Amino acid sequence: MFGYILRRLLQAIPVFFGTTFLIYFMVFAMPGDPVVALFGQHGVNEAVAAQLRAQYHLDQPFIIQYFIYIGGIFRGDFGVSFSGQPVSEILLSTFPVTLRLATIALFLEMVLGITIGLISGLRKGKLFDSSTLVVSLILISLPIFVIAFVAQLVIGINLGWVRPTVSGTAPWNELILPGIVLATVSVAYIIRLTRESVIETRGQDFVRTAYSKGLTSGRIVRVHILRNSLIPVVTFLAVDFGVLMVGATVTEGIFNIPGVGRTLYQAIIRGEGPTVVSFVTVMVIIYLVVNLLTDLLYAALDPRIRYGK
Amino acid sequence: MANSSNHYVAPLDETPLAEVDSVNISAQASNLWLDAWRDMRGRPMFYISGFIIILVALVALFPGWFTQVPPNNDCLLVNSNGAPITGHPLGFTKQGCDVYSRIIHGTSTSLSVGIIVTILTAGLGVLFGAFAGFYGRWLDAILSRVGDIFFAIPYILAAVVIMSVFSSYRNIIIISLAIGLFAWPSTARVLRAEILRVKNADFVMASTAIGVSRFKILMRHVLPNSIAPVIVITTLSLAAAIVAEATLSFLGVGLPTSFMSWGNDISQAQSDLRNAPQTLIYPSLALTITALSFIMMGEVIRNALDPKARARR
Repeated sequence: MFGYILRRLLQAIPVFFGTTFLIYFMVFAMPGDPVVALFGQHGVNEAVAAQLRAQYHLDQPFIIQYFIYIGGIFRGDFGVSFSGQPVSEILLSTFPVTLRLATIALFLEMVLGITIGLISGLRKGKLFDSSTLVVSLILISLPIFVIAFVAQLVIGINLGWVRPTVSGTAPWNELILPGIVLATVSVAYIIRLTRESVIETRGQDFVRTAYSKGLTSGRIVRVHILRNSLIPVVTFLAVDFGVLMVGATVTEGIFNIPGVGRTLYQAIIRGEGPTVVSFVTVMVIIYLVVNLLTDLLYAALDPRIRYGK
Repeated sequence: MANSSNHYVAPLDETPLAEVDSVNISAQASNLWLDAWRDMRGRPMFYISGFIIILVALVALFPGWFTQVPPNNDCLLVNSNGAPITGHPLGFTKQGCDVYSRIIHGTSTSLSVGIIVTILTAGLGVLFGAFAGFYGRWLDAILSRVGDIFFAIPYILAAVVIMSVFSSYRNIIIISLAIGLFAWPSTARVLRAEILRVKNADFVMASTAIGVSRFKILMRHVLPNSIAPVIVITTLSLAAAIVAEATLSFLGVGLPTSFMSWGNDISQAQSDLRNAPQTLIYPSLALTITALSFIMMGEVIRNALDPKARARR
């Protein structure tokens, strides 16, 4: 177990530096001189320009700049947004809202996805199964902003059941509809994954043994089939986290939810390059950490991973 | 007949020879692709999605066949957000342009982005996956880590950054590169796993034994036998790329508004959701139906190519 954790941690190091380097490089390659741009239509004052370059380390070679930036990240300094507010401060104030939205979405995804997938897998080829498959294909091909707009239009405006946009404090009850929207894309994947996994597990010898021992089918499904089918679903949730972040950006933008996603959404819409990059970096780092944690959880769930190789 | 007392000759049908004799050489040859083709031809989903894909391709190539109304000229502000009238079946946009005509003329943009991204992801994915899986060792270690780095950045977020950087150079090639550059690692991973499985097969060892070069083995024997999952993932990535282009346009970092694309139309219609939902719903519908047909096609191919899925049915 310890060897596995160590190996996994070591693998994460080059990926962390690689991703941050890649993002930083893309921004560095951005055309135009930011210091000159600050002067606008006025003439460039060389002395002030030189001072600004020194202040923001722009006179240093690229690689030094990168390490100064990485050093800042380790100290929790993700840079400053376009309006001058530290990104870390914005994160602290917006993160709780996004966390609430993500909790609703993940809860719905897990409960609906696993339940429907399990029933589908157990009743393979029946009407329920085939209609679920068709519905899941449609859900996968619907872009999240289309789902969000249609939900806003039909439920928010035409039927008037909920407010079309969320109010400033973003209470739980107003986040239910955006949460459903956010959950729709991934729920289809979870249904399909659970179904495949259940069908696979159901054909295993230990399930046949359980049946021949005379266990009730309820117990077999709960203890023998479901638990063994959930491992691929758990790994998927980590990969899915990336989809969830992009989805949250779109959903929070459309429903006007004051979370991390909307901040990024507005920065993108207004073309605030540096703010976009800071937020994308934060999201990528969160994504890396979540994937690392899931891999460790995965090892705890499945002894074959721990002792393999 | 003199020999019959000394030797017993078993009747032909009891010997293994009978099995050899029973092979009908003139029968249709069978392999994975032929089996898959036969399987696909029996499924209604194949015809439905195939029909839509051909239709979408025709619309992209020959928009003039489907509408006579110009998409950009002839826009009258009198018609702003107008309801459908004769000759304009889906109504008008905020600028007073014909919604149907803009959808027809936007098809080629969406499809081009999808195709370029797919070629890019398939190319890079096959290159990285094949070399990493087949040559293994240090090459695998390096290529797989590079793949991990690109995989760790969700490709829409990466594309947002790239498109923000190239804000003044946005065109179809740049947006395709922005999506494709970060979308290939999943293809590479799938192919690498498949090659690891295939490369220990007996026929590979046989080729090595008769002195075929390593590269030739990879190209002639290993790759053709492990390409099936890549075909599936490629069909799906076409759908994903079309959706990604629309998402980027929706976020305002897609193609400039001078390009007609479904994403741009959706993006421009979002502020009029309350007054003129048709300007938003119809381009979204075109986008969804196109994506759905590619995803359905991918599903059909996956079921046809995967013997496990075939046996499970």
